[in-house]
Amino acid sequence: MRFTLRIWRQRDRDDTGAMVSYPVDHVSPDMSFLEMLDVLNEELVRRGEEPVAFDHDCREGICGACGMMINGMAHGPQRATTACQLSMRHFADGDTITVEPWRARPFGVIKDLVVDRSAFDRIIASGGYVSVPAGSAPDAHALPVSTSSAEASFEAAVCIGCGACVAACPNGSAMLFTAAKATHLGLLPQGQPERYVRAAEMVRTHDELGFGGCTSMGECTAVCPKSIPLDVISRLNRDLLHGQP
Amino acid sequence: MLKTDKTFYVDGLSIADGKAPSGPIESRWGRRESEVRLVSPANKRRLTVIVVGTGLAGSSAAATLAELGYRVVSFCYQDSPRRAHSIAAQGGINAAKNYRNDGDSVWRLCHDTVKGGDFRSRESNVYRLAEISSRIIDHCVAQGVPFAREYGGLLDTRSFGGAQVSRTFYARGQTGQQLLLGAYQAMAKQIGAGKVRQYPRTEMLDLIVVDGRARGVVTRDLVTGEVITYLADAVVLATGGYGNVFHLSTNAKGCNATAIWRAHRRGALFANPCYTQIHPTCIPVSNDHQCKLTLMSESLRNDGRVWVPTRARDPRSPDRIPEGERDYFLERTYPRFGNLVPRDIASRAVKRVCDSGRGVGPGGRGVYLDFADALDRLGRASIQAKYGNLFQMYQRITGDDPCCVPMRIYPAVHYTMGGLWVDYDLHSTIPGLFVIGEANFSDHGANRLGASALMQGLADGYFVLPNTIGDYLADAPFEEVDLDHPAVTATESEVRGRIAALLAVDGDRTVEEFHRELGQLMWDHCGMERTDRGLRSALARIPALREEYWQRVKVPSGGRRFNQELEKAGRVADFLELAELMCVDALHRTESCGSHFRTESQTDDGEARRDDTNFGYVAAWEYAGVGRPPVLHREELGFSYFEPTQRSYQ
Repeated sequence: MRFTLRIWRQRDRDDTGAMVSYPVDHVSPDMSFLEMLDVLNEELVRRGEEPVAFDHDCREGICGACGMMINGMAHGPQRATTACQLSMRHFADGDTITVEPWRARPFGVIKDLVVDRSAFDRIIASGGYVSVPAGSAPDAHALPVSTSSAEASFEAAVCIGCGACVAACPNGSAMLFTAAKATHLGLLPQGQPERYVRAAEMVRTHDELGFGGCTSMGECTAVCPKSIPLDVISRLNRDLLHGQP
Repeated sequence: MLKTDKTFYVDGLSIADGKAPSGPIESRWGRRESEVRLVSPANKRRLTVIVVGTGLAGSSAAATLAELGYRVVSFCYQDSPRRAHSIAAQGGINAAKNYRNDGDSVWRLCHDTVKGGDFRSRESNVYRLAEISSRIIDHCVAQGVPFAREYGGLLDTRSFGGAQVSRTFYARGQTGQQLLLGAYQAMAKQIGAGKVRQYPRTEMLDLIVVDGRARGVVTRDLVTGEVITYLADAVVLATGGYGNVFHLSTNAKGCNATAIWRAHRRGALFANPCYTQIHPTCIPVSNDHQCKLTLMSESLRNDGRVWVPTRARDPRSPDRIPEGERDYFLERTYPRFGNLVPRDIASRAVKRVCDSGRGVGPGGRGVYLDFADALDRLGRASIQAKYGNLFQMYQRITGDDPCCVPMRIYPAVHYTMGGLWVDYDLHSTIPGLFVIGEANFSDHGANRLGASALMQGLADGYFVLPNTIGDYLADAPFEEVDLDHPAVTATESEVRGRIAALLAVDGDRTVEEFHRELGQLMWDHCGMERTDRGLRSALARIPALREEYWQRVKVPSGGRRFNQELEKAGRVADFLELAELMCVDALHRTESCGSHFRTESQTDDGEARRDDTNFGYVAAWEYAGVGRPPVLHREELGFSYFEPTQRSYQ
């Protein structure tokens, strides 16, 4: 297969950046999108040109490192699939494919397709945990959890923190990310003591970091590679209201 | 038995685990815990501990040390600590809870692990691991890890390879992710409280040793390219394994050996480097540009049956091959464990049938993992609930639905049992340098059982290290060290020199080309089967390849900026040195044991034949310079509780 890639190139934070076109040839339909970028990069290095910077690590859709807008969609056209798991067989031979970084005010571009997502870590550090020092836990069977709670909690807990939700949101909101954590812990008995404080603190940090508000567009859940449902945001809102004085 | 010739290594003095506890095995850890010296809360506040790596071991250690009151500085090369590769562990975590009442116990978990490791681990360490396992589950549940549950609300478990009991706790196929997020969140709380300073996108490039003590690390800020030194009272390495030496592995792309290799060059002994685990159930290689292999969890072997056609090079599609012309070779050869034999045994069995021409798929490098029977027995919904995400992942990569077409699988490099040598306290041979998780060599012997890596990483990080490190720090304060200390400036300038040297080559071959070539060489000669001849040819080739690397590698210019090729270049440079030590270790160990299979040492039915008389020891290697024969220190392994036997799963 052969493609034309239009890729956002930006030297560093201060550079204005621009789209640059690259032809790529001999792409096998079994390759992943990132393997295709690897091939392009090896070619660029050989020619003495600057390779395209992009974050990636596990290449199996779980670490959350990779993420880019592919033809205007976060992680590309395949539902519930990260860029590293997106196979080239979903594109037509000869296609022109546009590749851009996540765009959101709190995610500054570091270089090319690499953005700074440390804001997510700050949201978690402000309350996305259960306070339990090592060594202090009771027996694991002391608190049974119904399978329905455990399942719903798990569905929210699978968030990989990739940032696609923010990139897709017209408001640049990180509500799906924040609410996924609030839901994961809020549905379990272990998460109850800190439930309302957790929601309030995480949302406060979210807002301070410059993420926008949620207007229920639902773009986030549509692009989420782990299909986190939109109703986690309702749960978060309920916890917020409940926690208000 | 072959005679070992020693031109490729030098005999050194034997070593012993100076902290090895004595007395009844059940009371050893308890005794050590109550014997270690304590550090008062007021002094803890003044002591800084560096933790490199944020996987299960690193995050749990950083969180726990901060909870105890130490000042903690944490580093990871990823853009967030939550992305460390523990996140990709699928299957589960073992614990001797015996919630199933199926006869499990600490004793039995210990026995299975010692036997699974083919009697090449320390029984005291393994017993401690088994003992702690239950507390890990308690702790993770309390953190809100959403483990799978039964309808009554209690925790569910499943069976894993090498065990006849159901002791593996799991969170669908994402156990590693959920456990890591638990540890990450515990650390995040401490970051929020200002007790852990965390530096993402920061890679450790060297260890600072002052007057024989580990006192800090030299790092590179991967965004700005700045070389920055951090000083501390102790350093903990939790940087994972070195499977990426093989280029193609199930490790994440960034996983590397630089931290442990640099520590080794500074004097830390490296134990059993040749013990590398080849996992039997991975998705086979599909194209030449592939740079990463994907694991399919071992848990699939609970319900999937492994088979190949009885006829070599059978061109028929699997659905057209009648039952009578299928060879369920694991069930046939190992009737007692069937498809659940340990990984090393399963991998070699797969290789044997493929070598005999009966493999399936492109190049005959694959066997079927078939769920048809389980789908008939349990129904599609039940199978989807157990393995849904794994099936999806398989389908995304291959385009096939495992509910309709049997999976194709083939072994791939997955885990390294070898690592830096540590004593019972997880203390390396450099005072003040501790090593935890996959980065050390401690508990798995020559082969790790499934669902034991998560157990070990968390045991080390939550429960062992935070206790034992106090015994060392009780001697603090140590000598005052600042950034102008000659040992610091010398190490920093070595790091800068190395970066400059990599950039200065400006050759004509990419880092990736060298990595691919090294990986192929290692896979061919130091992979699933090792021979005297093959290892010698690898040992002849590696130094030449390394020399070529430093003459022809091409790295885009710019040390003082974000430069991913430069990061990779440094890691591959270290793999080129480590690979040689792995081959030396594999060549010197003329026995077979666990994952280390020497063709010359096998039983009549093709299983690994150990030689306890000559090789019942841990091989701990001392660095002697690039290309110089390393020095071998032997730590004899004694077994008072578990009689070493020829391992049999038949």
